[in-house]
Amino acid sequence: MSGTDFDTHGGDLDVHGQVSVDEVELAEELAGAGITGTGATASADAAEYALRLGDDALMLAQQLGMWIARAPELEEDVALGNIGLDLIGHARSLLHYAGTASGRSEDDLAYWRDEPEWRNAWLFEQPNGDFAHTIARQLVAASYLVELYAALAESTDPTLAAIAAKAVKEVDYHRDHATQWTLRLAGGTEESRRRMVVAIADTWPYIDELFVDDELVERLAADRVAVLPSTLRPGFDAVLDAVMAEAELEPPTGRTAFVASGGGRRGSHTEHLGPLLAEMQVLARQHPGASW
Amino acid sequence: MSTPGEMGTEAWPLWEVFVRANRGLSHVHVGSLHAPDPDMAVRNARDVYTRRNEGVSIWVVPADAITTSDPDAKGAFFESPAGKNYRHARYYVKSEGVKHL
Repeated sequence: MSGTDFDTHGGDLDVHGQVSVDEVELAEELAGAGITGTGATASADAAEYALRLGDDALMLAQQLGMWIARAPELEEDVALGNIGLDLIGHARSLLHYAGTASGRSEDDLAYWRDEPEWRNAWLFEQPNGDFAHTIARQLVAASYLVELYAALAESTDPTLAAIAAKAVKEVDYHRDHATQWTLRLAGGTEESRRRMVVAIADTWPYIDELFVDDELVERLAADRVAVLPSTLRPGFDAVLDAVMAEAELEPPTGRTAFVASGGGRRGSHTEHLGPLLAEMQVLARQHPGASW
Repeated sequence: MSTPGEMGTEAWPLWEVFVRANRGLSHVHVGSLHAPDPDMAVRNARDVYTRRNEGVSIWVVPADAITTSDPDAKGAFFESPAGKNYRHARYYVKSEGVKHL
């Protein structure tokens, strides 16, 4: 065979086009940060808002990481670990953006803030409990986050819009994962159903805080930078009602239906946040500036 | 027939996973996993086997639905083509004047 016969293969005459199996393209790590990795500077209000969303994501991710090697099956270790990593990605983008207003890095914000400076809602710091509790928390959290990021993708703040547009596809999968497990636990054995019922009752009090408006979001929503949490409630309720109906679960009523006072957005937290932060921050604080 | 890898002690059945990496390629066997039912098997496969952007489509098949060749019959099954080089295209010499081969 002569060489010239082969030369046509890689050229314009290749009718099959380029087919590649193992081409790895590394996408930008921080959504919305642009190619330079620095991106726009947040206003003080937008930074505080990004901090709330970033803290929600980071606390939930930290909790889910604790399931690795402890989930019912190896496949579920990987599933919960993947969901946690998605959330770490959201937290990094959001905390990076929040930090631009005060010259702090995402690590400064993650490792060097104490309990009263954290802005996550109480739901996200509630402990894993048993598998059913984790699934109930995931169902509520992901259903809320899908509504939030879908709306926030239309934000007039391009950084927040870019972060939300990337995140919404991921939390959509998280919601599906939690829905599948809710249906299976509720419709499984007597024991799995009992645990799911308890988990729903224990998670329910933390829902209302997610949908509370305050002055900050009202100011930001006036410029269509942020989304008013209260406007997300109908969509959230519709999704959750449908899942609960299919799982034949009832929302808690009567004496069991209490609402937690909340206050995470102001830095007031439940007793669960302290130990979570201690574990997450200890290494960075014992070895300041360490890198690996 | 027993399923390879099946100990009989697992709570969940075993599934074989096939992933298609790109449009125009075939689904390729990538491994197996445990899942309680087909819907969860597809989701577990997504989490375990496509975390690094490997695929655009996933098939899962119950492992016990696959009939395998007998590993002990390797000789009878697979050694017959040995010495039959004429079954390979490269056995033949290209005729003069044929282009684009």
